[in-house]
Amino acid sequence: MLEVLFIGLSLGSILLLVALGLAITYGAMGVINMAHGEMVMVGAYVTVLSGIYLHTNIFVAIPLAFIVTALLGLLIERVVVRRLYGRLLDTLLATWGIAILIQQAVRLEFGLSFFGIHIQGLGPGLQNVSVPEVLQGTFTIAGADLNRYRAFIILVTVILSLLTWFIVYRTTMGTQVRAIIRNPKMAAACGIDVTRVNALTFALGSGLAGVAGVMMSGFKTVFPDMGTPMVVDGFLVVVMGGVGSLLGSVFSAGILGEINGLVAAATNDILARAVVFGVVIAIIVLKPKGLFALKGR
Amino acid sequence: MAVDRRSFLKSGLLAGGTVITSPWVFSTGARAAGEIKVGVLFSLTGGLSIIEKSLHDATMMAISEINAAGGVKGMKIAAVAEDGASDPKTYNEKASKLVIQDKVPTVFGSYTSASRKAVLPVFEKRNNLYFYPTYYEGFECSKNVVYTGAVPNQQLSNFIPWIIKTLGKKKFFIVGSNYIYPREMAKVSKILIEKNGGEWIADEYLELGHSEWGSMVNKIKGSGCDVVLSNVVGDSVVAFYREYKNQGLTHDKLPICATVTSEIEIAAMGAEYAVGSYTSFPYFQAIDTDINKAFVDRYRAFVKDPKAVTHHALESSYFQVFLWKQAVEKAAEITPVAIREAVKGQEFDAPNGHVKIEAENLHTYLTPRIAQWLPDGQGKIIDAYKEPIMPLPYVAYGETPTNLFCTSKGLETSKLNKT
Repeated sequence: MLEVLFIGLSLGSILLLVALGLAITYGAMGVINMAHGEMVMVGAYVTVLSGIYLHTNIFVAIPLAFIVTALLGLLIERVVVRRLYGRLLDTLLATWGIAILIQQAVRLEFGLSFFGIHIQGLGPGLQNVSVPEVLQGTFTIAGADLNRYRAFIILVTVILSLLTWFIVYRTTMGTQVRAIIRNPKMAAACGIDVTRVNALTFALGSGLAGVAGVMMSGFKTVFPDMGTPMVVDGFLVVVMGGVGSLLGSVFSAGILGEINGLVAAATNDILARAVVFGVVIAIIVLKPKGLFALKGR
Repeated sequence: MAVDRRSFLKSGLLAGGTVITSPWVFSTGARAAGEIKVGVLFSLTGGLSIIEKSLHDATMMAISEINAAGGVKGMKIAAVAEDGASDPKTYNEKASKLVIQDKVPTVFGSYTSASRKAVLPVFEKRNNLYFYPTYYEGFECSKNVVYTGAVPNQQLSNFIPWIIKTLGKKKFFIVGSNYIYPREMAKVSKILIEKNGGEWIADEYLELGHSEWGSMVNKIKGSGCDVVLSNVVGDSVVAFYREYKNQGLTHDKLPICATVTSEIEIAAMGAEYAVGSYTSFPYFQAIDTDINKAFVDRYRAFVKDPKAVTHHALESSYFQVFLWKQAVEKAAEITPVAIREAVKGQEFDAPNGHVKIEAENLHTYLTPRIAQWLPDGQGKIIDAYKEPIMPLPYVAYGETPTNLFCTSKGLETSKLNKT
């Protein structure tokens, strides 16, 4: 039973890992960032490439991926998203386009494959990320064999959640972000540089996605399309938890993960997935603003 | 004999069932002097492009080799390559384009059964010819498709008895991706398991492309099975093998025996996750013959990637072009029907060994082999048939070499209904 609960917890932590960045970009800024999955993918490729060219392992890739994807996020915000604030559907289309561009850039090796140049680690194929020996296999707690890599993911997710909580609730920038969530115009009137804060928030959200990508690369397949299904799961978590609520995302990821794990153990994975979607629909119908909606006036 | 336009058209449309009349008569203008056009139809974009690109490359390599050696009947082969975009509907459209607009007498293509089923009506209606290089689930009998990959009896008929007798494993956990190929493979496996005195204790599926294996592997762990038979397809394979090791299962105690896991997936997951597991295929990159080693070298040079791996469907994509070439040389005229008739019984020394097209069902004689994966990502061939065996696409329904269900006359459905 402990093993089943552990798997549920692990599923929840993976959901949260992807959703954390979305909770910030979608929750705080009102941008439906369809390119979020591609940020995860870029993070995974940073792991692959740093392994090949720098001979470093997955631990080094975490800060590296954060920096790369945060910078990429900053660029996207500057060039495209900045012009689209307040236009929810337009952000969806624009970021979807960006998602396709990023995917193809990786698949076509930034266009070099047209000239017959092959960059090892890029291209349409499946990539291999080697996982350090420490993170392979199992460890035993209370008679249950638990998966080390999954435990590592849970650990990283907890650290990132705490860090995000700290940034949003205990720093000046966080206070400004929360003010912008409540009312961007009023925040601007109070002297907050909304443009700058938004740019940094978007970069932070993208950076978190990059770290999620590093974690995914260790046990899922790394290929250009890998991010697309993840972004759907991420939105499920954020919407169910309540847009703009970090705590809501944590809870909804945990609940969905455990439901998935328990139903899958009792029946099968295909049914479990259907039940998860059913639960999300029920919650959206009963509580349209999500579990932990912000009380606004 | 005077033939008016209407009845001529009619007979053309009916040609799916007849052999003598073919709409091909319309398209004599198809060939430029000294050139034969053929279609090459694989996914160059989308999720399946990972594998299908390599099949495309192998096909193009065979064509360029034939052209370099003087072509067919003194004519160069001109490949018209189209992109199936990992989407069956696109496959159907592109196949129509190749057959109707480009008027090619043959198309080489498809990896998944879904894409093959999608193009099948095009080739049957127009009485054209399709060469399909992938191992598949059988249960198909078309006069317009030449199948050069393995069918279940060439992957499982050797594998299951070997697992039970040589490995001494009797309790099977069958796991697969949720679509037609893994389900048909499971059906054949169950018959063979029961026939050989084993038992299957579970038959479970995950969505195609699913990469969350935590629950399933935990289930395998608690099931009390002593061998896992995997029909898992695509990128899910990687996540499956990784989760398997990460939950503490080892291939020496509880081996995964797979029908899909090839050199490509092993390279992607990292060989350490698959060391000691088994796969059954007619071809492995590790086959230790001069002809195969030369083939691997030529392929790597062709794709300009010194680490590229070769695998079963890739090898079939390669040798089927040579079988086609021999058929064209034998055929009196270059029409799909003439090529189809001429390809029957064609033989070729492929990298995997001697192959031959069975005249009755247009499938291919192949040599079943079992390999155990080594730390370097290559298979060590530990069991192989001495010679190629006959392809039986309906083996799950009781087909035997002396009682064929699929013959040159078509499928004898009455035999199917009896079982």
